[in-house]
Amino acid sequence: MAVGKILRRGFLIGSAAIAGGVAFGTYRYLQPFENPLDPAAGETTLNPYILITAAGVSIITPRAEMGQGIHTTLAALVAEELDLDWQQVTAIHGPPAAAYLNASAMALGLPTAEYDDRSIRRVGKGAVRVAQKLAFGIQLTGGSTSTTDAFDRMRRAGAAARMVLTQAAGKRWGIDPILLKTEAGQVIDADGRSLSYTDLAADAAQIIPPADPPLREPANWRLLGQTLPRLDMVPKVTGTARYATDIDLPDLLCASVRATPFAGGTMIGLDTNNANTLPGVRQIVSLGNGVAVVADNTWIAMKALDQVDVTWSPPAYPATTEAQMARIESAFDTRADSTLRDDGLAEVVVEAARAESLSLVEARYTVPYLAHATMEPMTATALFKGDQLTIWCGTQVPTLARDTAAAHVGLDPDQVTIITTFMGGGFGRRSETDYTTQAAQIAVALPDVPIRMTWRREEDISHDFYRPAAIARLTGAVGPGRPEAIDMAVAAPSVLAGQSNRMVGFAPPLADKLLVEGAFDQPYALPNFRVSGHAADTGIPVGVWRSVGHSYNTFFLESFLDEMAHAGELDPVAMRLALLEPEHTPSARTLESVAAMANWGQQLPEGTAQGVGFCHCFGSSVAQVVQVSDVEGQISVDHVWCAVDVGQALDPGNIEGQMESGILFGLSAAMFGQITFADGVVEQSNFHDFDSLRMDRTPLITTRILQNNLRMGGVGEVGTPPVAAALANAIFALTGQRIRDLPLANAVSFT
Amino acid sequence: MTSLTINDTPHVVEVEPDTPLLWVLRDILNLTGTKYGCGAGLCGACTVHVNGIPERSCQVSIGDLNGASVTTIEGIGTPGQLSILQQEWVACQVAQCGYCQSGQLMQATALLQENSAPTDEDINAAMSGNLCRCGSYPRLRAAIHAAAKRMAD
Repeated sequence: MAVGKILRRGFLIGSAAIAGGVAFGTYRYLQPFENPLDPAAGETTLNPYILITAAGVSIITPRAEMGQGIHTTLAALVAEELDLDWQQVTAIHGPPAAAYLNASAMALGLPTAEYDDRSIRRVGKGAVRVAQKLAFGIQLTGGSTSTTDAFDRMRRAGAAARMVLTQAAGKRWGIDPILLKTEAGQVIDADGRSLSYTDLAADAAQIIPPADPPLREPANWRLLGQTLPRLDMVPKVTGTARYATDIDLPDLLCASVRATPFAGGTMIGLDTNNANTLPGVRQIVSLGNGVAVVADNTWIAMKALDQVDVTWSPPAYPATTEAQMARIESAFDTRADSTLRDDGLAEVVVEAARAESLSLVEARYTVPYLAHATMEPMTATALFKGDQLTIWCGTQVPTLARDTAAAHVGLDPDQVTIITTFMGGGFGRRSETDYTTQAAQIAVALPDVPIRMTWRREEDISHDFYRPAAIARLTGAVGPGRPEAIDMAVAAPSVLAGQSNRMVGFAPPLADKLLVEGAFDQPYALPNFRVSGHAADTGIPVGVWRSVGHSYNTFFLESFLDEMAHAGELDPVAMRLALLEPEHTPSARTLESVAAMANWGQQLPEGTAQGVGFCHCFGSSVAQVVQVSDVEGQISVDHVWCAVDVGQALDPGNIEGQMESGILFGLSAAMFGQITFADGVVEQSNFHDFDSLRMDRTPLITTRILQNNLRMGGVGEVGTPPVAAALANAIFALTGQRIRDLPLANAVSFT
Repeated sequence: MTSLTINDTPHVVEVEPDTPLLWVLRDILNLTGTKYGCGAGLCGACTVHVNGIPERSCQVSIGDLNGASVTTIEGIGTPGQLSILQQEWVACQVAQCGYCQSGQLMQATALLQENSAPTDEDINAAMSGNLCRCGSYPRLRAAIHAAAKRMAD
């Protein structure tokens, strides 16, 4: 049975990590982190999440706000327990610090299935947390982990602060704290006397807080479970929210960057004579693999970049899309780097199907490289003064941005201050540190001058850490009434190896889960099911892109399941339900729910069709139905229904917004998105050739939130995976054309 | 040298005449609510009003604006005094990363000035030049309808 094999592997990894943890010493793991907050005169901090000033309580929300609403939800965790009114709440990102390491994120790399909730897997996760804290920990916003990681920790921070504030009031009044209540940022006694948290903060800081304060039952929540007004909404509708490209400092100069078009290459010749004579150009800085122009304004800097005469080292990788895909295809000839699922006898059953009565289905699928194309291109502002470097940046990895920049410019990490701003989109792109390091290099070349660096859009599209291109080979056997076997092999450049190498200098000695996630870890009780992953070395930098491996494996598997359903003359929803029910009930309910929402199985008008897709990812179950129609030979995407089970919904309005966002991000990629290469250079450059859905093509989206999963799941990436397959399946239902290569617009035309 | 009015305040700008209005606003006048997205008129993040017409400020040279009246996001409302459209943007919780929202709001403000009761088709026609990678379109549409309704009441 599927669970048995997955569990066994999880146990082995868990054991190794536990042994390591014990060897390092669990004592160190149990020590609380130092509070990194440095209160000014008149301010008090009670723990790493709470700063009390004359104006009230500021909550530190140490995850990057890139649009997903995380500052609002994290602040609500503290405010709920601390008894703050929502109008009183302010949130700040705070400094990079060990206290804010993401304990959940590294567990994402564990080669276990997310839906499997057995205790042994939690042991595995706990062991990773130990290892992470001791050696590899970073402050990461990613992997849809922010809320699950903070859920207990930040509520405890609020609860502990409330207890010491209450005790301080009790001491001042000479009343047993048990007789006091808290409300709207005040401690109140039975006679109605009140003391504000600001009044009490200094006294409260002298009291040792409880390590494990009791937390409120969800039934008593005032803020959590409700849709809250986002804390960043008013700044964002008035143009007053500050991004890294908006930082204003006295005597600031503007910069833009042009790096080698050949990933991994260097600059072998540089002539700055032309550009240096342009009015307004102040300095040209060599970055080793590119140049920066520093000028009086950004326009001059961006224009002057084309006047710099540069010779680049030639590309050291397959220089065309065709050659890239051939390189990926060749990885199938090498031994699999991972076979994380191998139930039954998939290969044998598939072979038997060739000779017997079972229907055999064979298919090859491909997806292209994709850019993130955040609305704000890569930007950062930096100032090097004395021996101190300050970088204002939108980053998903502030500790790593600090350490990487420091290493590049020869400073100690403690000489580098990172100020994390709002970011104009992340989607994984801002978990890289190339741009923050560039800003550091430019600032160090011009001491005492604040530098505001803004990439041209063309630089942003062509210098990404791309969603990998990938190829899948699938064979399956369908018997009477049910699928019997799937043998699936995936080849793609490894995100895990690429990003780990950039982050910590080596690839972890684990099976590459990200290569096959969205396939091996799906809760389908398929009797014979094998998933193998083959890592390809293509020389193109790849990185995490909203939902990572699920972004392509879910397209492969869910399209192929649709093919199997049609081959076996089975209903695509009913066939999946029969596979989900015995393995993971909440996922079955999720699929059932979306089918009901979309009235699946109804007689649709002529020229209209539906397709379905499902995925379990980031701890949540998500199912989607897409409805399309034929408009004079073109495809119109009319409606997307989405059911998502997040276990516990902390902010339903925000979760719905994230589903809409994830769906439209996934649809844009499925319909139009592709990064291609010619002569070693990325062929796309701006939104005319790397476009996304606009208002006119946006379908209706209907979302329903379920809470059957036993543990809380993530939401930021969850909306993206199923939609590509659901759309392709709908197009098949409409036209009979099975599209196995993304983007779909290469094969059909959309209205 | 260009003399123009920005958000009802007269300005004299001394900069190369081919400098796009976008960079005059952002880098010289520090009106950073207007955003750079593409530099090619493809995304609408830099939309402002020039003499009441929505324009991509990355495509308008400052030298062509002598005597012009420009309105930016800073000119249509403030955190303490939101316009009706901004209030509905808050009520519908439209913004996610927020980077495109200044441009969306300027485009939608111009739409409602011209058409007090836009249909979905009108909204599509007016707004489809404004890109949002977070996919705020469903809420954006709802906010425009809500604002139109309130203005009519």
